[in-house]
Amino acid sequence: MKLGLVIDMDTCVGCHACGVACKQWNTSGTLGPLTDYQPYGAEPNGVAFNRIRSYEVGVYPNSKTVNMPMSCMHCDTAECVTVCPTGASYKREEDGIVLVDQDKCMGCNLCAWACPYGARELDEDSGTMKKCTLCVDRIYDENLPPEERQPACVLTCPTGARHFGDLEDPDSNVSRLVRDRNGQQSLPELGYNPVNHYLPPRPKPHAEVESGARSAALAERMKGWFGKAVGR
Amino acid sequence: MHPALSVIFFTVVSGAGFGLVALTAALDVLGGVPGLGAQGTLVAVFIGASLAALGLMASTLHLANPKNAWRAFFRFRTSWLSREAVFAVLFYPTVLGYLLGLWFAGSAAQSPWTAVFAVLSMLLALIIVFVTSMIYASLRTIPQWNSPLVPANYLLLSLASGAVLLSCISALAGAPVQTVGTLALLLIFLAGVSKAVYFFWIGKPQGPTINTAVGMTRGQVRLLEAGQSSDSFLDREFGYQAPASKLRRRRLAVYVLAFIMPFVLIVGLLRTDSVVLAPFAVALLLAGLFIERWLFFAEARHTVNLFYGRQQC
Repeated sequence: MKLGLVIDMDTCVGCHACGVACKQWNTSGTLGPLTDYQPYGAEPNGVAFNRIRSYEVGVYPNSKTVNMPMSCMHCDTAECVTVCPTGASYKREEDGIVLVDQDKCMGCNLCAWACPYGARELDEDSGTMKKCTLCVDRIYDENLPPEERQPACVLTCPTGARHFGDLEDPDSNVSRLVRDRNGQQSLPELGYNPVNHYLPPRPKPHAEVESGARSAALAERMKGWFGKAVGR
Repeated sequence: MHPALSVIFFTVVSGAGFGLVALTAALDVLGGVPGLGAQGTLVAVFIGASLAALGLMASTLHLANPKNAWRAFFRFRTSWLSREAVFAVLFYPTVLGYLLGLWFAGSAAQSPWTAVFAVLSMLLALIIVFVTSMIYASLRTIPQWNSPLVPANYLLLSLASGAVLLSCISALAGAPVQTVGTLALLLIFLAGVSKAVYFFWIGKPQGPTINTAVGMTRGQVRLLEAGQSSDSFLDREFGYQAPASKLRRRRLAVYVLAFIMPFVLIVGLLRTDSVVLAPFAVALLLAGLFIERWLFFAEARHTVNLFYGRQQC
Protein backbone atom coordinates (compact mmCIF):
# COMPACT_ATOMS: atom_id res chain seq x y z
CA MET A 1 0.00 0.00 0.00
CA LYS A 2 1.20 3.49 -0.85
CA LEU A 3 -1.08 5.92 0.90
CA GLY A 4 -0.93 9.48 -0.31
CA LEU A 5 -2.75 12.55 -1.49
CA VAL A 6 -3.85 13.72 -4.91
CA ILE A 7 -4.37 17.47 -5.04
CA ASP A 8 -6.39 19.11 -7.77
CA MET A 9 -4.72 22.37 -8.76
CA ASP A 10 -7.68 23.10 -11.01
CA THR A 11 -10.18 23.37 -8.19
CA CYS A 12 -7.97 24.49 -5.30
CA VAL A 13 -8.83 28.09 -4.48
CA GLY A 14 -5.99 28.64 -2.04
CA CYS A 15 -8.22 29.24 0.99
CA HIS A 16 -5.77 27.70 3.50
CA ALA A 17 -8.57 25.67 5.12
CA CYS A 18 -6.47 22.49 4.77
CA GLY A 19 -3.58 24.19 6.57
CA VAL A 20 -5.84 25.32 9.39
CA ALA A 21 -7.51 21.91 9.73
CA CYS A 22 -4.08 20.23 9.69
CA LYS A 23 -2.77 22.45 12.43
CA GLN A 24 -5.93 22.01 14.50
CA TRP A 25 -5.92 18.20 14.28
CA ASN A 26 -2.22 17.55 14.51
CA THR A 27 -1.30 19.93 17.28
CA SER A 28 -2.86 17.39 19.63
CA GLY A 29 -1.95 14.43 17.39
CA THR A 30 0.90 11.90 17.27
CA LEU A 31 3.64 14.41 16.43
CA GLY A 32 2.05 17.35 18.22
CA PRO A 33 2.20 19.98 19.46
CA LEU A 34 2.86 22.17 16.42
CA THR A 35 4.56 24.88 18.42
CA ASP A 36 3.82 28.52 17.63
CA TYR A 37 6.48 31.13 18.26
CA GLN A 38 5.14 34.49 19.46
CA PRO A 39 1.56 33.75 18.28
CA TYR A 40 0.32 37.16 19.44
CA GLY A 41 3.59 38.99 18.82
CA ALA A 42 4.92 41.03 15.96
CA GLU A 43 6.03 38.08 13.84
CA PRO A 44 3.77 35.13 14.49
CA ASN A 45 5.13 31.90 13.03
CA GLY A 46 5.47 28.28 13.94
CA VAL A 47 5.56 24.67 12.88
CA ALA A 48 3.20 23.68 10.07
CA PHE A 49 2.80 20.38 8.24
CA ASN A 50 0.95 21.90 5.34
CA ARG A 51 1.84 25.13 3.60
CA ILE A 52 -0.16 26.70 0.80
CA ARG A 53 1.58 28.89 -1.75
CA SER A 54 0.19 30.66 -4.81
CA TYR A 55 1.86 31.12 -8.17
CA GLU A 56 1.14 32.98 -11.35
CA VAL A 57 1.76 30.85 -14.41
CA GLY A 58 2.14 32.44 -17.83
CA VAL A 59 1.82 36.05 -18.90
CA TYR A 60 -1.45 38.01 -19.15
CA PRO A 61 -3.82 37.41 -20.93
CA ASN A 62 -2.75 33.77 -20.95
CA SER A 63 -2.00 33.66 -17.25
CA LYS A 64 -3.46 31.70 -14.41
CA THR A 65 -3.19 31.61 -10.66
CA VAL A 66 -2.22 28.19 -9.38
CA ASN A 67 -2.45 27.31 -5.71
CA MET A 68 -0.17 24.61 -4.44
CA PRO A 69 -0.74 23.18 -0.98
CA MET A 70 2.29 21.15 0.05
CA SER A 71 2.77 18.62 2.78
CA CYS A 72 4.96 15.53 3.02
CA MET A 73 4.93 13.60 -0.26
CA HIS A 74 5.66 10.29 1.55
CA CYS A 75 8.27 9.59 -1.15
CA ASP A 76 9.03 6.09 -2.37
CA THR A 77 12.74 6.98 -2.25
CA ALA A 78 12.61 8.84 1.05
CA GLU A 79 16.15 10.16 1.53
CA CYS A 80 15.04 11.93 4.70
CA VAL A 81 14.85 8.44 6.18
CA THR A 82 18.17 7.11 4.90
CA VAL A 83 20.18 10.16 6.02
CA CYS A 84 18.79 10.00 9.57
CA PRO A 85 21.66 8.96 11.87
CA THR A 86 19.49 7.97 14.83
CA GLY A 87 16.78 5.94 13.13
CA ALA A 88 14.15 8.41 14.34
CA SER A 89 12.87 8.88 10.78
CA TYR A 90 11.20 5.83 9.34
CA LYS A 91 8.95 4.80 6.48
CA ARG A 92 6.25 2.33 7.38
CA GLU A 93 6.44 -0.95 5.45
CA GLU A 94 2.68 -1.47 5.41
CA ASP A 95 1.43 1.85 4.01
CA GLY A 96 4.48 3.94 3.10
CA ILE A 97 3.78 6.71 5.63
CA VAL A 98 6.97 8.53 6.69
CA LEU A 99 7.08 9.40 10.38
CA VAL A 100 9.54 10.72 12.97
CA ASP A 101 9.93 9.00 16.32
CA GLN A 102 10.02 12.01 18.63
CA ASP A 103 11.75 9.98 21.36
CA LYS A 104 14.75 9.22 19.12
CA CYS A 105 15.22 12.47 17.16
CA MET A 106 18.31 14.52 18.11
CA GLY A 107 17.37 17.56 16.02
CA CYS A 108 20.36 17.59 13.64
CA ASN A 109 18.26 18.97 10.73
CA LEU A 110 19.88 16.64 8.19
CA CYS A 111 16.52 15.14 7.13
CA ALA A 112 15.15 18.64 6.51
CA TRP A 113 18.21 19.31 4.33
CA ALA A 114 17.61 16.06 2.44
CA CYS A 115 13.93 16.83 1.76
CA PRO A 116 13.50 18.76 -1.52
CA TYR A 117 9.96 19.84 -0.63
CA GLY A 118 10.46 21.53 2.74
CA ALA A 119 8.10 19.04 4.33
CA ARG A 120 10.08 18.78 7.55
CA GLU A 121 10.27 21.52 10.12
CA LEU A 122 12.26 21.63 13.32
CA ASP A 123 10.23 22.40 16.42
CA GLU A 124 12.56 24.81 18.19
CA ASP A 125 10.72 24.20 21.44
CA SER A 126 10.96 20.40 21.63
CA GLY A 127 14.16 20.29 19.55
CA THR A 128 12.77 17.55 17.34
CA MET A 129 11.79 17.28 13.70
CA LYS A 130 8.09 17.40 12.86
CA LYS A 131 6.24 16.52 9.69
CA CYS A 132 2.94 15.50 8.12
CA THR A 133 1.71 12.13 9.43
CA LEU A 134 -0.97 11.73 6.77
CA CYS A 135 -3.18 11.82 9.88
CA VAL A 136 -2.09 8.30 10.79
CA ASP A 137 -4.07 8.82 13.99
CA ARG A 138 -7.30 9.40 12.01
CA ILE A 139 -7.20 7.07 9.05
CA TYR A 140 -7.02 3.89 11.16
CA ASP A 141 -9.25 5.07 14.00
CA GLU A 142 -12.11 2.61 14.20
CA ASN A 143 -14.03 4.86 16.57
CA LEU A 144 -14.58 7.26 13.69
CA PRO A 145 -17.30 6.60 11.11
CA PRO A 146 -15.64 5.06 7.99
CA GLU A 147 -16.19 8.16 5.84
CA GLU A 148 -14.26 10.26 8.35
CA ARG A 149 -11.18 7.99 8.34
CA GLN A 150 -9.33 10.42 6.11
CA PRO A 151 -6.71 13.09 6.73
CA ALA A 152 -8.09 16.28 8.25
CA CYS A 153 -7.01 18.37 5.24
CA VAL A 154 -8.98 16.13 2.85
CA LEU A 155 -12.15 16.19 4.97
CA THR A 156 -12.13 19.95 5.37
CA CYS A 157 -11.38 21.03 1.79
CA PRO A 158 -14.42 23.08 0.73
CA THR A 159 -13.84 22.54 -2.99
CA GLY A 160 -13.08 18.83 -2.82
CA ALA A 161 -9.65 19.47 -4.30
CA ARG A 162 -7.90 16.96 -2.04
CA HIS A 163 -8.17 13.20 -2.44
CA PHE A 164 -6.74 10.49 -0.23
CA GLY A 165 -6.13 6.88 -1.13
CA ASP A 166 -3.79 4.07 -2.10
CA LEU A 167 -1.70 5.08 -5.10
CA GLU A 168 -0.35 1.58 -5.53
CA ASP A 169 -3.80 0.15 -6.30
CA PRO A 170 -4.47 0.96 -9.98
CA ASP A 171 -8.24 0.87 -9.43
CA SER A 172 -8.35 3.28 -6.50
CA ASN A 173 -10.04 6.63 -6.88
CA VAL A 174 -6.72 8.48 -6.58
CA SER A 175 -4.92 6.30 -9.14
CA ARG A 176 -7.81 6.84 -11.56
CA LEU A 177 -7.65 10.59 -11.06
CA VAL A 178 -3.90 10.58 -11.72
CA ARG A 179 -4.45 8.55 -14.89
CA ASP A 180 -7.40 10.52 -16.24
CA ARG A 181 -6.14 13.98 -15.41
CA ASN A 182 -2.42 13.50 -16.14
CA GLY A 183 -1.44 13.77 -12.51
CA GLN A 184 2.15 14.88 -12.02
CA GLN A 185 4.83 14.89 -9.35
CA SER A 186 6.80 17.83 -8.06
CA LEU A 187 10.51 17.82 -8.96
CA PRO A 188 10.37 14.35 -10.57
CA GLU A 189 13.93 14.80 -11.89
CA LEU A 190 15.40 14.49 -8.40
CA GLY A 191 14.24 10.88 -8.28
CA TYR A 192 12.59 10.89 -4.86
CA ASN A 193 9.44 9.35 -6.43
CA PRO A 194 6.95 11.35 -4.38
CA VAL A 195 3.69 9.44 -3.82
CA ASN A 196 1.53 12.59 -3.70
CA HIS A 197 0.43 13.81 -7.11
CA TYR A 198 -0.90 17.10 -8.40
CA LEU A 199 -3.61 17.36 -11.04
CA PRO A 200 -2.76 20.22 -13.40
CA PRO A 201 -5.41 22.83 -14.28
CA ARG A 202 -7.75 21.74 -17.06
CA PRO A 203 -7.29 23.69 -20.29
CA LYS A 204 -9.85 26.50 -20.37
CA PRO A 205 -10.51 29.37 -22.72
CA HIS A 206 -8.92 32.60 -21.57
CA ALA A 207 -10.05 36.14 -22.32
CA GLU A 208 -11.42 36.16 -25.84
CA VAL A 209 -8.92 36.99 -28.49
CA GLU A 210 -10.19 37.56 -32.00
CA SER A 211 -8.69 34.90 -34.13
CA GLY A 212 -10.52 33.92 -37.38
CA ALA A 213 -8.84 33.11 -40.66
CA ARG A 214 -5.94 35.12 -41.95
CA SER A 215 -6.94 37.82 -44.38
CA ALA A 216 -6.45 36.81 -47.98
CA ALA A 217 -3.59 37.96 -50.14
CA LEU A 218 -3.90 41.24 -52.06
CA ALA A 219 -4.47 39.53 -55.42
CA GLU A 220 -7.32 37.45 -53.97
CA ARG A 221 -8.95 40.54 -52.45
CA MET A 222 -8.67 42.37 -55.77
CA LYS A 223 -10.37 39.45 -57.49
CA GLY A 224 -13.19 39.52 -54.94
CA TRP A 225 -13.65 43.25 -55.33
CA PHE A 226 -13.74 42.91 -59.07
CA GLY A 227 -16.28 40.10 -58.79
CA LYS A 228 -18.58 42.35 -56.76
CA ALA A 229 -17.94 45.60 -58.59
CA VAL A 230 -18.30 44.40 -62.16
CA GLY A 231 -21.91 43.77 -63.06
CA ARG A 232 -22.73 40.74 -65.11
CA MET B 1 21.68 27.63 3.40
CA HIS B 2 22.01 29.26 6.78
CA PRO B 3 25.72 29.37 7.69
CA ALA B 4 25.66 27.97 11.23
CA LEU B 5 28.75 29.02 13.20
CA SER B 6 29.01 25.69 15.06
CA VAL B 7 29.18 23.70 11.82
CA ILE B 8 31.66 26.14 10.23
CA PHE B 9 33.90 25.92 13.28
CA PHE B 10 33.55 22.14 13.41
CA THR B 11 34.47 21.47 9.78
CA VAL B 12 37.41 23.92 9.69
CA VAL B 13 38.98 23.08 13.05
CA SER B 14 38.45 19.32 12.97
CA GLY B 15 39.52 19.30 9.31
CA ALA B 16 42.81 20.97 10.26
CA GLY B 17 43.24 18.60 13.22
CA PHE B 18 42.61 15.46 11.16
CA GLY B 19 44.85 16.80 8.39
CA LEU B 20 47.65 17.36 10.91
CA VAL B 21 47.29 13.84 12.34
CA ALA B 22 47.14 12.26 8.87
CA LEU B 23 50.23 14.10 7.57
CA THR B 24 52.28 13.63 10.73
CA ALA B 25 51.47 9.92 10.85
CA ALA B 26 52.26 9.54 7.15
CA LEU B 27 55.64 11.26 7.50
CA ASP B 28 56.36 9.29 10.67
CA VAL B 29 55.75 6.00 8.87
CA LEU B 30 57.86 7.15 5.90
CA GLY B 31 60.89 7.65 8.14
CA GLY B 32 59.93 10.35 10.62
CA VAL B 33 58.95 14.01 10.47
CA PRO B 34 62.34 15.71 9.76
CA GLY B 35 63.95 16.92 12.98
CA LEU B 36 60.96 16.32 15.24
CA GLY B 37 61.80 12.96 16.80
CA ALA B 38 59.32 10.91 18.80
CA GLN B 39 58.61 13.73 21.30
CA GLY B 40 57.92 16.37 18.66
CA THR B 41 55.77 13.94 16.67
CA LEU B 42 53.83 13.19 19.83
CA VAL B 43 53.16 16.91 20.35
CA ALA B 44 52.03 17.32 16.73
CA VAL B 45 49.67 14.32 16.89
CA PHE B 46 48.34 15.49 20.25
CA ILE B 47 47.60 18.98 18.90
CA GLY B 48 45.89 17.44 15.85
CA ALA B 49 43.73 15.10 17.93
CA SER B 50 42.82 17.95 20.31
CA LEU B 51 41.78 20.24 17.45
CA ALA B 52 39.68 17.42 16.02
CA ALA B 53 38.06 16.85 19.41
CA LEU B 54 37.37 20.57 19.79
CA GLY B 55 35.67 20.60 16.41
CA LEU B 56 33.63 17.48 17.09
CA MET B 57 32.43 18.94 20.38
CA ALA B 58 31.38 22.13 18.58
CA SER B 59 29.42 20.03 16.10
CA THR B 60 27.12 18.81 18.86
CA LEU B 61 26.20 22.45 19.58
CA HIS B 62 24.01 22.60 16.50
CA LEU B 63 21.87 19.71 17.68
CA ALA B 64 18.49 20.88 18.90
CA ASN B 65 18.05 17.83 21.11
CA PRO B 66 21.57 16.67 22.09
CA LYS B 67 20.33 14.21 24.72
CA ASN B 68 19.58 11.78 21.88
CA ALA B 69 23.03 12.22 20.26
CA TRP B 70 24.13 8.77 21.47
CA ARG B 71 21.60 7.24 19.08
CA ALA B 72 23.60 8.59 16.13
CA PHE B 73 25.80 5.45 16.04
CA PHE B 74 23.07 3.09 14.87
CA ARG B 75 22.37 3.91 11.24
CA PHE B 76 25.84 3.21 9.86
CA ARG B 77 24.47 1.40 6.82
CA THR B 78 22.62 4.35 5.28
CA SER B 79 23.56 7.60 7.01
CA TRP B 80 26.81 9.49 6.41
CA LEU B 81 26.27 11.39 9.65
CA SER B 82 26.07 8.12 11.53
CA ARG B 83 29.25 6.90 9.79
CA GLU B 84 30.97 10.10 10.87
CA ALA B 85 29.97 9.50 14.48
CA VAL B 86 31.20 5.88 14.37
CA PHE B 87 34.55 6.71 12.76
CA ALA B 88 35.08 9.64 15.14
CA VAL B 89 34.62 7.32 18.08
CA LEU B 90 36.96 4.72 16.54
CA PHE B 91 39.58 7.41 15.91
CA TYR B 92 40.21 8.24 19.56
CA PRO B 93 41.33 4.83 20.90
CA THR B 94 43.48 4.45 17.77
CA VAL B 95 45.18 7.81 18.13
CA LEU B 96 45.59 7.15 21.85
CA GLY B 97 47.39 3.92 20.93
CA TYR B 98 49.61 5.91 18.58
CA LEU B 99 50.36 8.53 21.25
CA LEU B 100 51.20 5.81 23.80
CA GLY B 101 53.42 4.12 21.21
CA LEU B 102 55.26 7.41 20.58
CA TRP B 103 55.63 7.97 24.31
CA PHE B 104 56.84 4.51 25.33
CA ALA B 105 58.21 2.81 22.20
CA GLY B 106 59.40 5.72 20.09
CA SER B 107 58.53 6.74 16.54
CA ALA B 108 57.10 4.49 13.86
CA ALA B 109 60.58 3.79 12.52
CA GLN B 110 61.63 2.40 15.90
CA SER B 111 58.57 0.39 16.88
CA PRO B 112 56.30 -1.73 14.65
CA TRP B 113 53.36 -1.15 17.07
CA THR B 114 53.68 2.60 16.75
CA ALA B 115 53.77 2.14 12.99
CA VAL B 116 50.56 0.07 12.99
CA PHE B 117 48.73 2.67 15.09
CA ALA B 118 50.19 5.46 12.96
CA VAL B 119 48.83 3.92 9.74
CA LEU B 120 45.42 3.28 11.33
CA SER B 121 45.25 6.84 12.73
CA MET B 122 46.15 8.27 9.33
CA LEU B 123 43.51 6.19 7.54
CA LEU B 124 40.79 7.02 10.08
CA ALA B 125 41.63 10.75 9.97
CA LEU B 126 41.31 10.78 6.17
CA ILE B 127 38.15 8.66 6.25
CA ILE B 128 36.47 11.02 8.74
CA VAL B 129 37.20 14.08 6.60
CA PHE B 130 35.82 12.24 3.57
CA VAL B 131 32.73 11.09 5.47
CA THR B 132 32.08 14.62 6.78
CA SER B 133 32.20 15.97 3.24
CA MET B 134 29.88 13.20 2.04
CA ILE B 135 27.20 14.38 4.49
CA TYR B 136 26.98 17.44 2.24
CA ALA B 137 27.89 15.89 -1.10
CA SER B 138 25.20 13.22 -0.82
CA LEU B 139 22.33 15.73 -0.72
CA ARG B 140 20.60 15.85 -4.10
CA THR B 141 18.53 18.76 -2.85
CA ILE B 142 21.51 21.14 -3.02
CA PRO B 143 23.16 21.16 -6.47
CA GLN B 144 26.16 23.19 -5.19
CA TRP B 145 27.00 20.38 -2.75
CA ASN B 146 26.03 17.34 -4.76
CA SER B 147 29.41 17.08 -6.47
CA PRO B 148 32.61 15.01 -6.22
CA LEU B 149 34.44 18.35 -5.95
CA VAL B 150 33.12 18.72 -2.41
CA PRO B 151 34.96 15.71 -0.90
CA ALA B 152 38.02 16.64 -2.99
CA ASN B 153 37.98 20.16 -1.52
CA TYR B 154 37.43 18.98 2.03
CA LEU B 155 40.31 16.50 1.82
CA LEU B 156 42.73 18.91 0.16
CA LEU B 157 41.88 21.81 2.50
CA SER B 158 42.21 19.52 5.50
CA LEU B 159 45.62 18.27 4.35
CA ALA B 160 46.79 21.78 3.40
CA SER B 161 45.85 23.19 6.80
CA GLY B 162 47.46 20.17 8.47
CA ALA B 163 50.66 20.75 6.49
CA VAL B 164 50.80 24.45 7.45
CA LEU B 165 50.20 23.52 11.09
CA LEU B 166 52.97 20.91 10.94
CA SER B 167 55.34 23.44 9.34
CA CYS B 168 54.56 25.82 12.17
CA ILE B 169 55.14 23.13 14.83
CA SER B 170 58.43 22.09 13.16
CA ALA B 171 59.59 25.71 12.87
CA LEU B 172 58.76 26.48 16.51
CA ALA B 173 60.53 23.27 17.59
CA GLY B 174 63.62 24.40 15.71
CA ALA B 175 63.47 21.49 13.29
CA PRO B 176 64.31 21.84 9.58
CA VAL B 177 61.15 22.82 7.67
CA GLN B 178 62.37 22.05 4.14
CA THR B 179 60.28 18.87 3.67
CA VAL B 180 57.09 19.86 5.49
CA GLY B 181 57.24 23.40 4.10
CA THR B 182 57.54 22.15 0.53
CA LEU B 183 54.69 19.71 1.17
CA ALA B 184 52.59 22.60 2.54
CA LEU B 185 53.27 24.68 -0.58
CA LEU B 186 52.20 21.81 -2.83
CA LEU B 187 49.02 21.13 -0.85
CA ILE B 188 48.06 24.83 -0.64
CA PHE B 189 48.48 25.03 -4.42
CA LEU B 190 46.39 21.91 -5.07
CA ALA B 191 43.68 23.01 -2.62
CA GLY B 192 43.55 26.45 -4.25
CA VAL B 193 43.19 24.97 -7.73
CA SER B 194 40.50 22.55 -6.59
CA LYS B 195 38.58 25.36 -4.89
CA ALA B 196 38.85 27.48 -8.04
CA VAL B 197 37.36 24.63 -10.08
CA TYR B 198 34.53 24.44 -7.53
CA PHE B 199 33.81 28.18 -7.68
CA PHE B 200 33.80 28.01 -11.47
CA TRP B 201 31.52 24.97 -11.45
CA ILE B 202 28.84 26.44 -9.17
CA GLY B 203 28.86 29.76 -11.03
CA LYS B 204 26.03 28.85 -13.35
CA PRO B 205 22.69 27.66 -11.92
CA GLN B 206 22.23 24.12 -13.18
CA GLY B 207 19.77 22.56 -10.75
CA PRO B 208 16.01 22.05 -10.89
CA THR B 209 13.73 24.96 -11.84
CA ILE B 210 10.56 26.49 -10.40
CA ASN B 211 8.75 25.04 -13.42
CA THR B 212 9.33 21.41 -12.53
CA ALA B 213 8.79 22.23 -8.84
CA VAL B 214 5.30 23.60 -9.45
CA GLY B 215 4.74 21.26 -12.39
CA MET B 216 4.01 24.02 -14.91
CA THR B 217 6.63 23.60 -17.59
CA ARG B 218 5.00 25.48 -20.48
CA GLY B 219 5.09 29.01 -19.14
CA GLN B 220 6.82 31.36 -16.80
CA VAL B 221 6.08 30.71 -13.12
CA ARG B 222 6.42 33.29 -10.40
CA LEU B 223 5.47 33.34 -6.75
CA LEU B 224 2.34 35.36 -6.05
CA GLU B 225 2.06 34.66 -2.37
CA ALA B 226 4.14 32.66 0.09
CA GLY B 227 1.05 32.15 2.23
CA GLN B 228 2.62 33.37 5.46
CA SER B 229 2.94 36.69 7.25
CA SER B 230 6.43 36.08 8.68
CA ASP B 231 9.38 33.78 8.14
CA SER B 232 9.17 30.13 9.08
CA PHE B 233 11.80 27.48 9.81
CA LEU B 234 12.10 26.93 6.06
CA ASP B 235 13.05 30.58 5.43
CA ARG B 236 15.47 30.68 8.35
CA GLU B 237 17.20 27.41 7.44
CA PHE B 238 17.19 27.51 3.64
CA GLY B 239 16.35 31.07 2.61
CA TYR B 240 19.70 32.65 3.45
CA GLN B 241 20.86 34.89 0.67
CA ALA B 242 23.83 37.22 0.58
CA PRO B 243 24.27 39.98 -1.98
CA ALA B 244 26.45 38.98 -4.94
CA SER B 245 28.97 41.73 -4.18
CA LYS B 246 29.50 40.36 -0.66
CA LEU B 247 29.99 36.84 -2.03
CA ARG B 248 32.55 38.15 -4.54
CA ARG B 249 34.47 40.01 -1.86
CA ARG B 250 34.52 36.94 0.38
CA ARG B 251 35.74 34.72 -2.45
CA LEU B 252 38.60 37.16 -2.92
CA ALA B 253 39.24 37.10 0.82
CA VAL B 254 39.37 33.28 0.72
CA TYR B 255 42.01 33.41 -1.98
CA VAL B 256 44.13 36.03 -0.28
CA LEU B 257 43.86 34.67 3.27
CA ALA B 258 43.68 30.92 2.78
CA PHE B 259 45.92 30.41 -0.22
CA ILE B 260 48.07 33.35 -1.35
CA MET B 261 49.22 34.71 2.03
CA PRO B 262 50.05 31.33 3.63
CA PHE B 263 51.86 30.33 0.41
CA VAL B 264 53.96 33.52 0.47
CA LEU B 265 54.64 33.17 4.20
CA ILE B 266 55.74 29.54 3.86
CA VAL B 267 58.01 30.51 0.96
CA GLY B 268 59.40 33.19 3.29
CA LEU B 269 59.88 30.61 6.03
CA LEU B 270 61.76 28.32 3.65
CA ARG B 271 63.96 31.13 2.31
CA THR B 272 64.73 33.11 5.45
CA ASP B 273 64.26 30.68 8.35
CA SER B 274 62.42 33.41 10.28
CA VAL B 275 60.24 31.32 12.53
CA VAL B 276 57.72 34.10 13.31
CA LEU B 277 56.21 33.73 9.80
CA ALA B 278 54.85 30.26 10.58
CA PRO B 279 52.21 31.20 13.22
CA PHE B 280 51.01 33.98 10.92
CA ALA B 281 50.58 31.48 8.09
CA VAL B 282 48.45 29.27 10.37
CA ALA B 283 46.30 32.16 11.60
CA LEU B 284 45.67 33.54 8.11
CA LEU B 285 44.94 30.11 6.68
CA LEU B 286 42.40 29.28 9.40
CA ALA B 287 40.76 32.71 9.04
CA GLY B 288 40.56 32.15 5.28
CA LEU B 289 39.07 28.70 5.77
CA PHE B 290 36.40 30.09 8.10
CA ILE B 291 35.33 32.41 5.27
CA GLU B 292 35.60 29.54 2.78
CA ARG B 293 33.28 27.39 4.89
CA TRP B 294 30.90 30.31 5.40
CA LEU B 295 30.73 30.65 1.60
CA PHE B 296 30.18 26.89 1.25
CA PHE B 297 26.91 27.35 3.15
CA ALA B 298 25.98 30.84 1.94
CA GLU B 299 26.30 29.88 -1.74
CA ALA B 300 24.35 26.62 -1.41
CA ARG B 301 20.83 26.88 -2.78
CA HIS B 302 18.34 24.31 -1.50
CA THR B 303 15.40 23.32 -3.73
CA VAL B 304 12.92 24.60 -1.12
CA ASN B 305 13.78 28.06 -2.44
CA LEU B 306 12.06 27.13 -5.71
CA PHE B 307 8.73 27.01 -3.89
CA TYR B 308 9.43 30.51 -2.55
CA GLY B 309 9.98 31.98 -6.00
CA ARG B 310 13.61 31.27 -6.97
CA GLN B 311 13.70 30.40 -10.67
CA GLN B 312 16.54 27.89 -10.55
CA CYS B 313 18.78 26.35 -7.92
